Amino acid sequence: MVALRQHRSRSDRRHQTTPTPPLKRRGLNNEEGKNMRYLPLTPDDRQSMLATIGAKTVDDLFVDVPEEARLTGPIHGLPMHAGEMAVESHMKALAKKNHAAGDMPFFLGAGAYRHHVPASVDHIIQRGEFLTAYTPYQPEIAQGTLQTLFEFQTQVARLFGVDVANASMYDGSTACWEAITMARRITRRSKAILSSGLHPHYVSVAKTMARFTKDALVYDAPLLEAATDGQSLLDQIDDETSCVVVQYPDILGRIADLSALADKAKAHKALLIAVVTEPVALGAIMSPGEMGADIVVGEGQSLGVGLQFGGPFVGLFGCKEKYVRQMPGRLCGETVDAEGKRGFVLTLSTREQHIRREKATSNICTNSGLCALAFTAHMTLLGEKGLRQLAMLNHKKAVQAADRLAAIPGVKLLNDSFFNEFTLVLDKDARPIVRALADQRILAGVSLGRLYPESDTLAQGLIVAVTETVRDEDVEALAKALEGALA
Amino acid sequence: MSRYFTDEHEWVEVEGDTATVGITDYAQEQLGDIVFVEVPEVGTELEQGDDAAVVESVKAASDVYAAVSGEVIEVNEALEDEPGLVNSSAEEDGWFFRLTLSDKEELDDLMDEKAYKAFVDGL
Amino acid sequence: MTMLAEGRPTKQEADLIMPEQDAITTHTGNRALMVDEPLIFETGSPDRSGVDLPDAPQVASRLGGLDRKAPIGVPGLSEGETVRHYTRLSRQNYAIDVGLFPLGSCTMKHNPRLNEKMARLKGFADIHPLQPVDSVQGALELIHQLADWLKLLTGMPAVAMSPKAGAHGELCGILAIRSALEARGDAREVILVPESAHGTNPATAAFAGYKVEDIPANSAGRVDLAALKARLGPDVAGVMITNPNTCGLFEPDMKAISDAVHAAGGLVYCDGANFNAIVGKVRPGDLGVDAMHINLHKTFSTPHGGGGPGSGPVVFSEALAPFAPLPIVEKLDNGHFRLVEEETAEDHHGSSFGRMVAFHGQMGMFTRALTYMLSHGADGLKQVSEDAVLNANYILRSLEDILDAPFGNSGPCMHEALFSDKGFSNGLSTLDLAKGMIDEGYHPMTMYFPLVVHGAMLVEPTETESKAAIDQFVGAFRSVAGRAKAGDELLKTAPHFAPRRRLDETQAARKPILVWTEPEEFAQAAE
Repeated sequence: MVALRQHRSRSDRRHQTTPTPPLKRRGLNNEEGKNMRYLPLTPDDRQSMLATIGAKTVDDLFVDVPEEARLTGPIHGLPMHAGEMAVESHMKALAKKNHAAGDMPFFLGAGAYRHHVPASVDHIIQRGEFLTAYTPYQPEIAQGTLQTLFEFQTQVARLFGVDVANASMYDGSTACWEAITMARRITRRSKAILSSGLHPHYVSVAKTMARFTKDALVYDAPLLEAATDGQSLLDQIDDETSCVVVQYPDILGRIADLSALADKAKAHKALLIAVVTEPVALGAIMSPGEMGADIVVGEGQSLGVGLQFGGPFVGLFGCKEKYVRQMPGRLCGETVDAEGKRGFVLTLSTREQHIRREKATSNICTNSGLCALAFTAHMTLLGEKGLRQLAMLNHKKAVQAADRLAAIPGVKLLNDSFFNEFTLVLDKDARPIVRALADQRILAGVSLGRLYPESDTLAQGLIVAVTETVRDEDVEALAKALEGALA
Repeated sequence: MSRYFTDEHEWVEVEGDTATVGITDYAQEQLGDIVFVEVPEVGTELEQGDDAAVVESVKAASDVYAAVSGEVIEVNEALEDEPGLVNSSAEEDGWFFRLTLSDKEELDDLMDEKAYKAFVDGL
Repeated sequence: MTMLAEGRPTKQEADLIMPEQDAITTHTGNRALMVDEPLIFETGSPDRSGVDLPDAPQVASRLGGLDRKAPIGVPGLSEGETVRHYTRLSRQNYAIDVGLFPLGSCTMKHNPRLNEKMARLKGFADIHPLQPVDSVQGALELIHQLADWLKLLTGMPAVAMSPKAGAHGELCGILAIRSALEARGDAREVILVPESAHGTNPATAAFAGYKVEDIPANSAGRVDLAALKARLGPDVAGVMITNPNTCGLFEPDMKAISDAVHAAGGLVYCDGANFNAIVGKVRPGDLGVDAMHINLHKTFSTPHGGGGPGSGPVVFSEALAPFAPLPIVEKLDNGHFRLVEEETAEDHHGSSFGRMVAFHGQMGMFTRALTYMLSHGADGLKQVSEDAVLNANYILRSLEDILDAPFGNSGPCMHEALFSDKGFSNGLSTLDLAKGMIDEGYHPMTMYFPLVVHGAMLVEPTETESKAAIDQFVGAFRSVAGRAKAGDELLKTAPHFAPRRRLDETQAARKPILVWTEPEEFAQAAE
């Protein structure tokens, strides 16, 4: 009893506010007298806390770590701490070694697009209450995050033309894979037919995962033709098919009506999965949902989220109402609080890993929160009117550019239809040309050789993306450079 | 008509060759608000002990096992719109599915009401 | 004198009675600075926009006849309205920037703003993943440098940078293990996971095709080494161990566990979610680990962003290095960096299990994490784990007289302290205590995890909290804990002061409303 009382009085004393330390010791927070700007404990604090704990040194707290494994000093081979100026200097030097897209003519797409993100989006996502918030598991103090997710889900569902959408996934490629496994769960079949127009990275991800899940994937690389492989897909759908996965517009920029595929899939009790890597396209062309797709997935990077060398991006995932309980990822739902006020919560969590454990619909934990916020803020700023305008601006600039480039001797335009991305067929291999043009500070697009290195038949293909950020003089510069390279 | 119970908190009501299956009132109380019930498809052949159904509350999903073997002939459609029936009437209106018994001897392994009550009291 | 009597009162009249706040209603329903904010679908419209775009060129479309004719249904707002919408919403969020965020296992440390500034340098933010590699040497060099830091900090020879989050990293590690065993011609079916593990662990193992079995814990809350050894055999592919574990305790037998698993032909996956407790002080490589994911958004301060994005690179032992997924950044002898993708994989990475994600990984998180590491340095990172562990033990000892700490007597904790709901009365639960903490101005601690402790409360302060902040938190926690033990009825209706009261999660799950739909009368009018 005596010991307990002593312990309590020690605690009571210790967590009263200590008087402000004398000025000269403020700011010093380790023995050498150097400041570490993120670490607020002072040597006095540490002494005081160790006394409360009843330990002599902090190493006493690491007593469970075997001697052999306990390091005695800072790890060798790494620099010591640095102030902001030194760190900035280091990072800026690295950044300077990269060709930034905005500094030169830029025409790359193939799954990541350069769009103008309105200035206010970055300010919105940097508000500390959004940036440094956690997953909204305590909804009473997370309505900010939850309401924006609800708005995001609604925007994605409407853009895709489906009933429901989730609160985002890591990116388009993992969303695509999740859709394939979802189709397997629903149909109880394992044969997934992948269109040749599906992004080869997305195909590669699916192939990697399928090795472990024993899904049977059917896939061939694309042909350099104006038409998509729609007919071939139709011919392949049968009663063993779990799903058909089609990219819209496809990797070569081609657009095709998905209705016939949707009908045939339905007739065989298979699912149509549409993959949209450029959501801005849906401001100009029909949504996959309107054409009968069961699941629509995509990459939301175009809206709100910059190129960032490939990540973080934001996966979009939507589907028909009847499949909602099979949908992976986080879901935000509307409800009321104890006073009857409308509010939002994460819901249908029983699908997720932390509850179903082995039987979860996937092992996903995070969504891409902040990127989803950027997407929804950008969409809100655009609105329907702005989105349609943005889409037409992209498309018509692309049409203009395509015609200008197709006029160059040695260049043929492959596509009859496209949104903001099309394929040129050059009369030489495209990959070396792209490299040479990069040295001249022109980023000419993505060569099919980069995406399909084993294919000789595709080597002369070049995918060119033209967004609203491309200026007329950029197109001229590219045209001149291509002329030179093909002469 | 007789009612049997399992130590996994399922009840089985037998009438002739037909058995109706649900979860007990004790179970629904432990699970909290039920939000969804996944019932087997009509025509499914179940073996005693198989995963038969899933009961979801907000924070947990619990497996319901087939207490006896047989073929599923009917499922409780009311649960789709009103999963809360399992809470309000677990042992009557909140039934999950019916099946035709394939092996009546399996009922010998199950408890009667009195034995189940004693079992629950001991938990 | 001149009597200038104009003006207004400069303080409240003395004899007015101050009414109870709750009894007062306002016309708007707002409460001064706390403003309720409708949905954009309620305030926006399809013909409003906050973006001005130039006119499109006058050329004919070439959309293949698939023009989108039907209304899309996404409303817009002007820029000012948009900014206001999100500003108001943001004020309904708790965040690290608002206060101490004691979520066990999440490592809610301060997110340095220098990270944000560096990530936005155009040389990092405005580069495309498929640009010719000569034009992005700085980006590849950054990834390589970060990879070096991770290898040195963990004492492991290889690292896969592409996984997009912790759970994705777990998948990467388990798939590498599976590939390694298959390559050896020794495919095994079982993975052992402690009962206290985070749900992603068994979910990941099941996804990869493994059967999952529990490893029991001993009374000190650690893995039961004897039970584990007894279970190991030719059918066990390996174990997934969290160290420090989910109870906040270091596994002193970690090396012995690894040795036993290796001796039985298996491999060791370590869940690195709790790396903050040992970073700079202990290297998992010294403990026999074969694969460990690192959450850059935990230990290395990249922001949680309301739920993501994360980043989960995975360090590998020599045994697993050959199987690491693509792409891989390599430094050549001439100092040039190259990117190994599918085409060049065969040369040196022929056993890679393949690509897990499009492009190269979470570059935006790499810039932030490297900025953080450079800022702290090796000495600073060692300080991080020491202060994190100190803060957690201080909390443990400051509370254990009033709250049950199930492992309080088995020695110090690591970076997080674990309590149970033992002694709560009047039917009060951990949930009620948590909601009470909200009223005190804190996000609650992690609740009901790990599952092995009843009513678990897991508290992780991190190293970026001052002693004053921790003392204030401890005071609040003691107060609410005291009320829970005394059976204070008011806790059942907490929180009382948050923007919302307790929300009906049952209704949300029974009748899911996941998107906005127009109210009936407007929908009909539109037809």
